[in-house]
Amino acid sequence: MLASALVVILIASALGYWWNRRAAQALLEAGCHPHSTPRYHGLYAFLLVAVPSFLFLVFWLAFEGPIIDAVILAQLPDEVARQLDENGRRLLLSEIDALAVGRVFKEAEPWKHALAAERQRLEILADRALLGLVTLLAGAILLHARRRVSAAFRARQRAERIVSGIMIASALVAILTTLGIVASLMAEALRFFHKVPVAEFLFGLRWEPQIAIRADQVAGQGAFGWIPVLVGTLLITVIALVVAVPVGLLSAIYLNEFASPRFRRLAKPVLEILAGVPTIVYGFFAVLTVAPALRAAGVALGIPVSPNTALAAGSVMGIMLIPFISSFADDALSAVPRTLRDGSLALGATRGETMLKVLFPSAIPGIVGGVLLAVSRAIGETMIVVMAAGIIAKLTFNPLDSVTTVTVQIVTLLIGDTEFDNPKTLAAFALGLMLFLITLGINVVALKVVRRYRELYD
Amino acid sequence: MQDNAATEAKTADTATGGSGAARARVTLGAAGRETERPVKIAARNVNVWYGDTHAIKDVSIDILDKTVTAFIGPSGCGKSTFLRCFNRMNDTIETARVKGEIRLDGEDIYAPEQDPVLLRARVGMVFQKPNPFPKSIYDNVAYGPRIHGLARNRAELDEIVETSLRRAALWDEVKDRLDDMGTGLSGGQQQRLCIARAIATSPEVLLMDEPASALDPIATAQIEELIYELREQYSVVIVTHSMQQAARVSEKTAFFHLGELVEFGDTGQIFTNPRDPRTESYITGRIG
Amino acid sequence: MNEIREDAAAPAPRAGRGGVDWHDPVLKARLAIRKRRERRLRLFGLLAVVFAFAMLGILVASLVRTGAPAFTQTHVTLRVHLDPKRIPPDNINRGNYRAVIKQAVLALFPEVKNRRKQREIVKIVSKGAPWILRDMVAANPDLVGRTITVDLPVSDPFDQLYKGLIDRSTPEAHRRLKDEAISRFDSLVARGLVRAKFNTYLFTNPDSRFPEIAGLGGAIMGSFYALLTCFVLSFPIGIAAAIWLEEFAPRNRLTDFVEININNLAAVPSVVFGLLGLAVFLGWFDLPRSAPFVGGMVLALMTLPTIIIATRTALKAVPPSIREAALGLGASRQQVVFDHVLPLAMPGILTGTIIGLAQALGETAPLLLIGMNAFITAIPDSPFAAATALPTQIYIWADSPERGFVSRTSAAILVLLGFLVLMNAVAIWLRQRTERRW
Repeated sequence: MLASALVVILIASALGYWWNRRAAQALLEAGCHPHSTPRYHGLYAFLLVAVPSFLFLVFWLAFEGPIIDAVILAQLPDEVARQLDENGRRLLLSEIDALAVGRVFKEAEPWKHALAAERQRLEILADRALLGLVTLLAGAILLHARRRVSAAFRARQRAERIVSGIMIASALVAILTTLGIVASLMAEALRFFHKVPVAEFLFGLRWEPQIAIRADQVAGQGAFGWIPVLVGTLLITVIALVVAVPVGLLSAIYLNEFASPRFRRLAKPVLEILAGVPTIVYGFFAVLTVAPALRAAGVALGIPVSPNTALAAGSVMGIMLIPFISSFADDALSAVPRTLRDGSLALGATRGETMLKVLFPSAIPGIVGGVLLAVSRAIGETMIVVMAAGIIAKLTFNPLDSVTTVTVQIVTLLIGDTEFDNPKTLAAFALGLMLFLITLGINVVALKVVRRYRELYD
Repeated sequence: MQDNAATEAKTADTATGGSGAARARVTLGAAGRETERPVKIAARNVNVWYGDTHAIKDVSIDILDKTVTAFIGPSGCGKSTFLRCFNRMNDTIETARVKGEIRLDGEDIYAPEQDPVLLRARVGMVFQKPNPFPKSIYDNVAYGPRIHGLARNRAELDEIVETSLRRAALWDEVKDRLDDMGTGLSGGQQQRLCIARAIATSPEVLLMDEPASALDPIATAQIEELIYELREQYSVVIVTHSMQQAARVSEKTAFFHLGELVEFGDTGQIFTNPRDPRTESYITGRIG
Repeated sequence: MNEIREDAAAPAPRAGRGGVDWHDPVLKARLAIRKRRERRLRLFGLLAVVFAFAMLGILVASLVRTGAPAFTQTHVTLRVHLDPKRIPPDNINRGNYRAVIKQAVLALFPEVKNRRKQREIVKIVSKGAPWILRDMVAANPDLVGRTITVDLPVSDPFDQLYKGLIDRSTPEAHRRLKDEAISRFDSLVARGLVRAKFNTYLFTNPDSRFPEIAGLGGAIMGSFYALLTCFVLSFPIGIAAAIWLEEFAPRNRLTDFVEININNLAAVPSVVFGLLGLAVFLGWFDLPRSAPFVGGMVLALMTLPTIIIATRTALKAVPPSIREAALGLGASRQQVVFDHVLPLAMPGILTGTIIGLAQALGETAPLLLIGMNAFITAIPDSPFAAATALPTQIYIWADSPERGFVSRTSAAILVLLGFLVLMNAVAIWLRQRTERRW
């Protein structure tokens, strides 16, 4: 149905292009001097038909489902409707939906079958109505556009105005995305804070989102204090930075100052490959290779090492960040004007002294920006920790212990079937909101630092 | 020094086409300094390639001590490239190759046992664009002495910094704000800071690569005055594309064209009575 | 000769007033230390680069080592009698293929009569074999009634055994295969009935509970549909947004905000986009769970900043002289951009887009949150059908307890990396082929 509606729109638009273009051509041949070329008359008709029809289609599709649901719910037998809560309604609707497409899991009551048939009827009706309305709309605009063809009509300006509108709307998608993120996270987080006080969430020292095991746990609902989760996140981030910052900076220094051009040509793509490896691959690498190696080392040294240590997850995350920091530092070092390097070398400084005493300090602002972005990446990194870190929140700073992170909790709380009014599910959104705010803060600062650094040497 | 004396005669021959040994030790009347000055740098048959470009072709020249020597010529003639041979700054460019012999006080600076790090401390350089480090004024000047370990304590370092800034005629302007960033100074001050930084390691030669080309006329005049005074203690080689500047500050002038040293002689003679037609064309404004 | 020479006798290097004796032993020693420091810095730098290389090497090596076995699958050759009594020719799909296979397997060991042992023997063949046989018969109904020789996959433990991944020296109690099973299987090997074949199932089959017949077919199609959606949405929107921002937008607070916003969006953690998709697309708009179309929409939002930034860079690289020349001929600003600037910027835009799509292909967390980690045993036939994607399939397999899935996870990663290398190679090729210097 979607496909046929799209085809109708496309045909109508193409028709509009051809029709208006021919009309304008006829004007031209009749000796008039139309303001715009026939091509623009055609383009104007094309856009005028395509854009509103397409918007109508999207609008319709967004509201078709909820409206049909509402109609079905209105026809529920009274005694059923009265005892249903929000969740029950949702379940019932999906059951009727399944019946309508012929998937039967268990014998259903006759009224459900009746509603399923009703639903099918409504859907067919809606589809036909959509097709008819789209055709009608496109046709009407088509006629309207054709009537506007005249020598004086400024088709180019009109068409360009529509194109501008499309471009502005596209740029607004980015804003809408941010708004969507903020709105959705806020909405769900607020619902969470209705069930769990903000203070308990922000300052609580216990995170036990699973169903309570013992009677003495808070309200039998688990505990939602995010501090241990935050500490786990920071612990892994620190481990990652301890690996990534020195290695990344030293390799940037080497590649920038000491490496031969041939070595550089070889090393840069290798680092790019390292940067392009999806994080799930790093996660599996941590589980497959690094964690067992750490355990073996622990056994050899007689230290108890948990199977999913913060160290394994953190160090693999560090490896992931090496190329990021390295290329950022390399760019920052390359941005330092050559004259400073020449100035230092001309004073008899060695290349090492020039690097450590002049180039590196001059590049510090840019490097700091890069490291900050790396921190934000480490905090928001998900797959490595989902696979290699633990699930149980433990308030510890021991890198050989198992900790959990904000992202791990979000994923584990939301994987599987999600119900939107369970505090467990909503907690994930509260964590998501915190994650978004923290990374946003770091990113804003980092991008500002980087921007100012670029202006410094431009 | 003896071997030098022999070659000097040859250079003078090739360089100026003049009559030789008599000019090797010059007596300058113009500047009113009736002293005989020894050769500081002797370059023989120097060739430089950048990749496949033959940038300097078989140049030989003698640079005298305590003299300002100007390199002039149209842009791209190789004068800066040649200047960068004297402190081996061309080594820092991957594609550059230098052949020939350059002796500083008789020592071959391209000999394998020569360390460019030490050489560059002895042969200071000031660049076209002022390039103070993003550090304090004090740290800028103290940079060279610190890395070379020329001061045993803070007092000595303070003394070096002050002397250098005084010699660069900057002391009075910055003595109260030595902790300010060097990059915060005006263009002319920055360039004088760079000169102070270069003299802080007590070099014997100062190379200046168009030191005033990025400055306004007033700052240029200050720098020129400074150069004129620096010649009391250093052998100064200055690359410039301004003939007036060369005429104002230098005692000896070398004219380069297309990588060749066309003519070398007393500044007065080059500007008033050039021997080579190419020099004359340049001076009178027909090439360049 | 001059004062520099006279100073040569000074006891310590001194600077400032006169000169420095650069041949002074103190200075020489200091120089030696400085050089050593430089060499140390150089060495540490080299070690850092080597460390990064080594990590990449270990990563690839461990994936290849564990993943390589998954590219072959052990098969056993059976003579199967397609008994019309068990497989009714008029209803081929309802045939009892299990019984047919059981009969064929037991025929290899006629001496075993014990029911319990017979059940053990049947386990040699994959539990998925009946479906393979059914598909064969469905493709060629004439086979019913005949006796055919077929290679059928063995079940995972025997596959592991044949590949040498089960250590025979472990005590029997700690081993997944008992001595008796091993010796029976060895007799099959001795009879030349066991062969390792290239594992085509890995690329064509959908997911399965049985590792020996589980494949990436569904995940590859799911990723394809998701990327297609992502491309169709983000490419035009990204280019349109970038053109407006770069060429038409007035410089004011609002466009500044849009710009900062786009840069920030590029650094928002991917899991947050997943939350957005879950709350908005699934929660508010009620779109289907696990659908590649929804995954593609989320990925499109993530890829959008990359494409916008790449497009703007490419547009900036087009020299203003081209714009001025076209404007000078009386073209409107839009004509200049769409007829002259955009075509010149296209290679750069395409390179950026491919790199953005490659990132999207490896993205896992947002797809997990919108349910693309479901266990789905059908290859999706449209972007709206439930499916997994390559990275989520890797996640599912990495979590599966069966031994066979360990090597299949590595193999799936190698397949994913293969696609990524291919995409990046295309991007690099495009960049080099069309690299232009103005």
